[in-house]
Amino acid sequence: MKLTQEHKKQLMLQAADVRTKTVELIYNGKGGHIGGDLSEADILVSVFDYMKHDPQNPDWTQRDHFILSKGHAAEAYYIVLSEYGYVSQEELDQFGTFGAKLGGHPNKKIKGVEANTGSLGHGLGLAAGMALALKKNGKDNRVFVLTGDGELAEGSNWEAAMAASKFHLNHLTWIIDRNHLQISGDTEDVMPLENLKEKTEAFGFKTLVIDGHNYDEIFEALDTVEEKTPVCIIANTTKGKGLACAENQAGWHHKVPTKEQVEAMETAMKQYREELR
Amino acid sequence: MEKETCRGAFSEKILEEAKKDKDIVVVCTDSRGSASLGSYPTELPEQFVEMGIAEQNAVTVSAGMASMGKKVYAIGPASFYSMRSAEQVKVDMAYSHNNVKIVGISGGLSYGALGATHHSLQDIALMRAIPGMIVEIPSDANQMRGLVEEMLKIDTPAYIRTGRGAVPVIYEKETKVEIGKAVKWYEGKDAAIIACGQLVWRALEAAKALEEEGIHVRVYDMHTIKPLDQEAVLEAAKECGCILTLEEHSEYGGLGGSVAEVVSENQAVPMKILGIPDEDVPNGTDSEVFAYYHMDVPGIAEQVKKLIARKAY
Repeated sequence: MKLTQEHKKQLMLQAADVRTKTVELIYNGKGGHIGGDLSEADILVSVFDYMKHDPQNPDWTQRDHFILSKGHAAEAYYIVLSEYGYVSQEELDQFGTFGAKLGGHPNKKIKGVEANTGSLGHGLGLAAGMALALKKNGKDNRVFVLTGDGELAEGSNWEAAMAASKFHLNHLTWIIDRNHLQISGDTEDVMPLENLKEKTEAFGFKTLVIDGHNYDEIFEALDTVEEKTPVCIIANTTKGKGLACAENQAGWHHKVPTKEQVEAMETAMKQYREELR
Repeated sequence: MEKETCRGAFSEKILEEAKKDKDIVVVCTDSRGSASLGSYPTELPEQFVEMGIAEQNAVTVSAGMASMGKKVYAIGPASFYSMRSAEQVKVDMAYSHNNVKIVGISGGLSYGALGATHHSLQDIALMRAIPGMIVEIPSDANQMRGLVEEMLKIDTPAYIRTGRGAVPVIYEKETKVEIGKAVKWYEGKDAAIIACGQLVWRALEAAKALEEEGIHVRVYDMHTIKPLDQEAVLEAAKECGCILTLEEHSEYGGLGGSVAEVVSENQAVPMKILGIPDEDVPNGTDSEVFAYYHMDVPGIAEQVKKLIARKAY
């Protein structure tokens, strides 16, 4: 799907909002995986705009499905879900308090959430199972799953990748938020993933490498469906994107910003939005 | 004694049911032969999924299918499904409320001399600690058939463990199974044996042998380990005054542990937990290992007598 300038601008404005609200949510809730929230924001905004879903009817059988395998990056997901009305302001306000519906990892009790995630290396297999069941039922609903990159050290991803390929799950799209960082540092120091494109291709995927902050590239990639093979999108991103002090800093994997840092970001995002308009 | 394998009964029953319900899916991990699946994969290829030797992924993919409305039976070696996939069971089946039933075949000591890698002697402890899981160990082929029928009526995740070899048939063909309800055999009041799986028929034989010596023992077939039939346990404690539990499992955390939890909180009576001790098991067939640990028919009878002797004091 070719994006119009107007559509693209609207998505970029929405993403700026999502980033700001995510940081505010983490600040108010006193905790969150801020780095990965901000790297995935443009992907989430795009997928929710792109896929078929109906907030008034979350169980709509014609809907596409989305699984956040990197469940720790839940805050940006909650904000995107709230943008569509799946999550209420009241639920967001309770984030970080005892008994809150929105926990540190997403759960199907939350409207719009399709899988309980948090333990890494589960999302791709779940998505493969969903796509397989859809295929057996003769349906062509799409299934999108977003994994992290550090997460890919879990061997279960590669078991799932083999299966997705074996069963020709061509309506499955595996998006990798390739921000190159995990809690201890660079992914290539912790457990090297490269050459990731070749690896995913060797596992039978049609792999596209894109800029995960570029809406034209994201939408073109989301539009890619092969006849028999599943698609993998390696989305190169910046961890902490939009929060200047956190960008590309492993130390910001899970960290609460100060009041000043939040205000600085709010100012920067406001200015960014004005420039966009 | 007529003998039949529980895995064979499962496969026969699931094929029959799957022909009537296209949402039933059987998932295998290179285990269609050892599961005795027979003609299922060729008769119902659209309702069969071969995952290769990858139990963790088999559970996760099964959960994904279940979340789309499939009724999934993942069948393969109990040792790998329970231990290796424990986290997938916890997260993708139980915590996620997905309708997946694991049928762990060749459970317990079934693999005999293949050793500890292939034994599943910790699976009850693991599976029953996971919130929401049903844990079942049928004692014969007909109970397995009845169990499949009941399992198809509920969408709760479950772990069903069965052995490899043929076991004596102790129930009639159309016997109805009630999940969470023990089957009581005999009315003796000198001691109660609470057993599961292929130790049930041994317990029944031991009770018969003891009866000849004037010792009246009752036996409970506790095929559902979780949710445990607490009423039956308390009845055993109150009416018999001592309980011997018998299981093809570590003596830690299994059926014995489950029963002891109920007894100690409600009606303390002398107990003997007869299971596999915390050590390397000698190489041998399951029957040889049972004999070594006094879990064969004479061994069980002898242990019951020792337990009764503790009653008065």
